[in-house]
Amino acid sequence: MSSRGICDRVAVVGMGCTPFGEHWSSSAEDLLVDAAEEVLAGARIANQDIDAYWLGTLGSGQSGLTLSRALSVDYKPVTRVENYCATGSEAFRNACYAVASGAYDRVLAVGVEKLKDSGFSGLLRSDPPGDGTAAELSLTAPAAFSLLDPAYCARYGVDSADVRAAMTHIAWKNHENGSRNPKAQYRSPVSKEKIEQAPVVAGRLGVLDCSGVSDGAAAALIVRAEHAADYTDRPMYVKGLSLAAGPARGAMDPDYDYTTFPEVVHSVRDALRQAGVGDPREELSLAEVHDCFTPTELVLMEDMGFAERGQAWKDILEGAFELDGKLPVNPDGGLKSFGHPVGASGLRMLYECWLQFRGEAGRRQLPDPRLALTHNLGGRPGNCVSFVSVVGSEPTM
Amino acid sequence: MSGKGILAYASHLPVGRLWLDELGAALGTGAGSGTRPVASFDEDSTTMGVEAASALLHAHPAEPGSVYFATSSPVYADKTNATTVHAAVALPETGFAADVAGSARSGVAACRAAASCDGLAVLADIRTGKPGSVDESAGADGSVALLFGPASDSLAEIRQQHSLSAEILDRWREPGSMAAAQWEERFGFEAYLPLLRRVAMRVLDAEGIEQADHVVLTSPNREIRKRGVKVVTGTLSTETTVAGHAGAADVGLAIADALDRAEPGETILVLQAADGCDALLLRTTSLLADRRQPTPLRARLGQGNKVSYLTYLSWRGWLEREPPRRPEPERPAGPPSARGRAWKFSFTGSVCASCEFVHLPPARVCKRCGSSAPMASRSLAGAGATVATYTVDRLAFSPSPPLVEAVVDFDGGGRYTLEVADAQQDALAVGTRVGLSFRRLFTAGGVHNYFWKARVPADGAASGVEQEHSDGGRQ
Repeated sequence: MSSRGICDRVAVVGMGCTPFGEHWSSSAEDLLVDAAEEVLAGARIANQDIDAYWLGTLGSGQSGLTLSRALSVDYKPVTRVENYCATGSEAFRNACYAVASGAYDRVLAVGVEKLKDSGFSGLLRSDPPGDGTAAELSLTAPAAFSLLDPAYCARYGVDSADVRAAMTHIAWKNHENGSRNPKAQYRSPVSKEKIEQAPVVAGRLGVLDCSGVSDGAAAALIVRAEHAADYTDRPMYVKGLSLAAGPARGAMDPDYDYTTFPEVVHSVRDALRQAGVGDPREELSLAEVHDCFTPTELVLMEDMGFAERGQAWKDILEGAFELDGKLPVNPDGGLKSFGHPVGASGLRMLYECWLQFRGEAGRRQLPDPRLALTHNLGGRPGNCVSFVSVVGSEPTM
Repeated sequence: MSGKGILAYASHLPVGRLWLDELGAALGTGAGSGTRPVASFDEDSTTMGVEAASALLHAHPAEPGSVYFATSSPVYADKTNATTVHAAVALPETGFAADVAGSARSGVAACRAAASCDGLAVLADIRTGKPGSVDESAGADGSVALLFGPASDSLAEIRQQHSLSAEILDRWREPGSMAAAQWEERFGFEAYLPLLRRVAMRVLDAEGIEQADHVVLTSPNREIRKRGVKVVTGTLSTETTVAGHAGAADVGLAIADALDRAEPGETILVLQAADGCDALLLRTTSLLADRRQPTPLRARLGQGNKVSYLTYLSWRGWLEREPPRRPEPERPAGPPSARGRAWKFSFTGSVCASCEFVHLPPARVCKRCGSSAPMASRSLAGAGATVATYTVDRLAFSPSPPLVEAVVDFDGGGRYTLEVADAQQDALAVGTRVGLSFRRLFTAGGVHNYFWKARVPADGAASGVEQEHSDGGRQ
């Protein structure tokens, strides 16, 4: 493994994030401009001062023109990327590498997604013409992730009522956190009774076990670490970036048991190693993880090393991942409270880290956060990509 | 027709049953009592044809050089439906496959054609009618496959056959219409009766017998089914349509039922009155006892799952339900479907030459060991399998929600995520044994998307055999 990483070589010196929600009166272009302008205003620079752009969007536009037209960019490099639900993180990752390489001084990473113009529930797929045999054609995302729940119960011999309680606790916790976040799509606490009584969508997953569907955009300005002080006195340092795309073996391998995401295990190990983090549970101040569905967050706690195998459900119920717990997970409310505008989500997670490090997280502010992890999962169990970043408030001495 | 006979046969009835008293209550009419077999929303004449053909070839492995597919409800015009059946049972491309459509008489035509060339006749039909019609309450959906060959190897020798043709406006349907029209039934009865007598007499005389041991008489005209059995009778049994009239499949189902019941060395007179009259005189052989289909048609008829009348109406398109707020699927594309023919139609995956990891669908590079050495093909269409996990998806688009989907692990390696056919959710658990069933997943843009679903077998554990080829797979 020669993933050397770029620990502390680049820093985020400005971020922006629109409120997430059903923006009937804003286009993808509007949201993109809103997020970008928040960054530029915060960093006190002009659009003309940006050297290159990375745009993440799954389906709200194609090519760099989606951004260059919206921001009226004058003949600069704009790269549009897509990597399923890790799309926003992918824009960030590539922007960081562009700066680290020395090719550009100031790079803007923007993620945007406009989901609510389609008229459909959930995410839409846009697949190349095929033979009609792909399982993804029929099985929806909640159904695919609902497979984790019975598999987890069976593998670890955990009573299904305990796993149900853990799933409920995850939704409850994330909505609690989201109720403290003015930019979340859902800003009210939701009772555990309501979560468990919600209409069933797939398997044991009810509507409130699923992330919402929303529109939104988020953006980050990335510069070389040694220039960070020119823009802000509190930059956010990039310590680790990892992306793992697997062979999609689980979907074909009878040995895969739907209680883990190997892609997550690989990407989290790689990112932590780049960042020099040995024990994530002890060293991280917070983590923003891809809680697309409640059992996803359950399994992620173990894949991330935040809990022992087969034990995450207990830690969850004991409050380990709440705002005042051992390791706060999704302090901003997560996908659960924000919905999941695909291109924006990864940058929205980084935005929470940015606010926490600056002490600007309001009613959900954590005491003295120094090191944070963000994570996106794209695809489905057995067939996915995973992104992990580690960011910090200070460079390692 | 001396020298030819039936080598093997297999019938198929869908598991759905419409209860006629419920139908009568819904419409405020007397629809009678009992049940009729109804094809599920994902079954059609082609998929049911595959069911019968694959059951036959599973019990009696063979590579017939010709497949004649008879139906009055073809899913495509201007495209041969027999080729879908041919592909799904993995017959080699050197064979001939053609349709014989689209009336009850097509069933006889397919049998005559197949008998002349040691071929396979596949008869399948979906019988629809307007709500309240006789076709709805007295019809049936089903299929049958009959393999023909030398009399010396047959379970029933074709001793005589004879046909008379007549242009009669007794029953008709415009192409594309879901409901047929029937003249007053007594008109057809009077018109066909003399033909029936003549054609029966002709084959009995030719055989030199007064009466056959068994008589089976079918006709789309209900009056003939009722009263005709009193005109020509057998010494041991006289029967008509077993499950309800099944269109082009009916004559084949009647033959299957007679073969289920007959003893070796008996004669069976098969009669059909439709656009003329056809007679076939069979004499069973000593091979019958060993080659009967494992589960008789009548036993299948007694099984099944109740389908509510409203569900049935929505399956047939008489009742259109509000779809979920999800996009309808895209139609399958021609070139990928042709490239993936062995995968899509005969569930053929690939096996890594280095580590034997089974890939479904076939892959170029091994997902376990990374080897890119050419892989061998393996069809798992007949393999037994076990449910690894499953879920019920209430959000997904389905012509009959909710969609039930299972991760299925195949005996000897291989995993795929499949829809569950004829989903009985309480019959499904981790570890449930399943087989595969060829179904229509959906229709989009006028293209029927055929693929395989998992199915919990009606009787006992799924078992099966693999077919392995090292030639890169039969296309």
